[in-house]
Amino acid sequence: MQPFTRITSRVVALPIDNIDTDQIIPARFLKTISKEGLGQHLFADWRYNPDGSPKPDFPINQPGAREARILLVGDNFGCGSSREHAPWALIDFGFRAIISTSFADIFRNNALKNGLLPVVVDIDTHRQLFEMAEADPSTVLTIDLAEQSLILPNGKQVYFPIDTFNKKCLLEGIDQLGYLLKQEPLIQAYEALHPARVSTRIMEE
Amino acid sequence: MTSTPCTLFDKIWDDHVVVEEPDSPAVLYIDLHLIHEVTSPQAFDGLRRRGLRVRRPHQTVATIDHSIPTTPPEVPIADPQAARQIQQIVENCREFGIPLYGVGSPTRGIVHVIGPELGLTQPGMTIVCGDSHTSTHGAFGALAFGIGTSEVEHVLATQCLLQRKPRTCQVYVDGYLNKGVTAKDLILGLIAQIGSGGGTGYVFEYAGPAIRALSMEERMTVCNMSIEAGARAGMIAPDDTTFEYLAGRLYAPKGEAWDAALKRWRALPSDPDARFDHTITLDARRLEPMITYGTNPAMAIPVTGVVPDPAGVSDLGERQAMEKALRYMGLRPGQRLLGHPIDVVFIGSCTNGRLSDLRQAASVLKGRRVKEGVRVLVVPGSQSVKRAAEAEGLHRIFLEAGAEWRESGCSMCIAMNGDQLQPGQYAVSTSNRNFEGRQGPGGRTLLASPLTAAAAAITGVVTDPRTLLE
Repeated sequence: MQPFTRITSRVVALPIDNIDTDQIIPARFLKTISKEGLGQHLFADWRYNPDGSPKPDFPINQPGAREARILLVGDNFGCGSSREHAPWALIDFGFRAIISTSFADIFRNNALKNGLLPVVVDIDTHRQLFEMAEADPSTVLTIDLAEQSLILPNGKQVYFPIDTFNKKCLLEGIDQLGYLLKQEPLIQAYEALHPARVSTRIMEE
Repeated sequence: MTSTPCTLFDKIWDDHVVVEEPDSPAVLYIDLHLIHEVTSPQAFDGLRRRGLRVRRPHQTVATIDHSIPTTPPEVPIADPQAARQIQQIVENCREFGIPLYGVGSPTRGIVHVIGPELGLTQPGMTIVCGDSHTSTHGAFGALAFGIGTSEVEHVLATQCLLQRKPRTCQVYVDGYLNKGVTAKDLILGLIAQIGSGGGTGYVFEYAGPAIRALSMEERMTVCNMSIEAGARAGMIAPDDTTFEYLAGRLYAPKGEAWDAALKRWRALPSDPDARFDHTITLDARRLEPMITYGTNPAMAIPVTGVVPDPAGVSDLGERQAMEKALRYMGLRPGQRLLGHPIDVVFIGSCTNGRLSDLRQAASVLKGRRVKEGVRVLVVPGSQSVKRAAEAEGLHRIFLEAGAEWRESGCSMCIAMNGDQLQPGQYAVSTSNRNFEGRQGPGGRTLLASPLTAAAAAITGVVTDPRTLLE
């Protein structure tokens, strides 16, 4: 996983609540068996016309959006399906951080495991960010993970929460499976005390 | 023994924590890992890259449900990508020794239908799957939740997950459901009340007389859609209804093991004084048949109601989402949905694709004809559901009414397998998501119960099913 330390970037704003993972990447693109190349399908049904041409007024189609690393979205981002293709598509497009007032649980977990930082801000900051992005689409923000701070163009700093474990994993690019694999002796000890509660070996009916 | 009263969730959680180091999430042991073709291939690739094996192949079970066509199995899969994905899970299961209920299996079906049906889903277990509707299995008093593909890889490799302890919320449903009002209406009513993010960070435990009175299949419908309120999981304490359902199922304990299991399971329900972090109450007597008008499951109203006006919503993001939803749906504020023409009816999915759902739909369709010009797709949740429905002649009722009777799968709930809406079409669907494009690009979904869906099939318009019930 690519470490996340500090980014300074312009912002793409999508002021819509409850953006579900079917919008982030529609299900018809989940027939892939790879993680690669999903950025082209990001927000596919919002971003392209039925003939495949881009809709020029959709925010990620606008000039400068390709360089943006930060996506600013409405409340409860990433609700719905558990598809990890959603963060894979966001990252493949170029995003490294998403700012919202809240994230759906599974999306948040999936994002953190891929080096995509969910930044939760309060309602006032959220509104202010949308106003800034609307007034000036080239608005640049800085996100400093070590400091857990979001720095606005006017110098204002806003702190955001993140748990110690995920913060460390992101800062150092640590893969969480490595941590789990190191617990092997404890997992063995648990299994010795708790026999399997079911066996899925195929039985004849 | 411990003196602190515990919830059902606390008991299962505590029983599955392998270790919890300071400043780290708990390492939670997983009893049962269900996998399917869409969210697993990249996880198996990860195992290969690291040279890892599947730690507990016999606490894992695979099936094929999302991208599989619902046409007869002898018909070749037309979509080469779907065929490739299906072939991939067959190869992965063979390579890693995982049992697979594959294409020709008589017990293949939607992962959340076959787990309970085979008796794999049992009270007190931790169950995960790379699918958000894993919450379904909580109906048995299990802790069951959806995970992403990285976590699928974690569980394959270690049989464990890193988890932060969620908060608990009791959803107390007082009273009993009226005639024509179903478990689907109950859960849509709850989601409409609390919003699609109203349960974020919580595990729901459903309780109260209305919940106790539900059959296992109805309980599964309720728990299934917990995720549509953002809840991590939904659970219902096991009781005699649960045990009667499980007794004699293929993988359920037998003989002395059954007696021992019953003893453990009877100790699972929340203690009388157990504390929840939050409580929500709902009155079942006040619920009516529900239908969605918008593009998330919280945008639901009684079928007799009117489409709300976004102008009355103060929050900007919420208002814009609602305006966007109404534009997409081609509906106006203040409009009645009753009498609104529809093009397609879909009866199926992990929410409402079980035998009792098909019986309900059949009770409305029996002796009637589907309205001309309406396409009705009935897709059983599993091959076992299909056989059971055919054994009691339900398929004849559907076919004689003019509906299509298909092989099992996720089908038009997620529209990955060729079963989909055309742009602009309206569908009354018994599935779980009305997101934009969920049932096909440009398709417009109205979520409802099997009764309401079947009523719309007959009349060709949104209909209060109570007007068609005997």
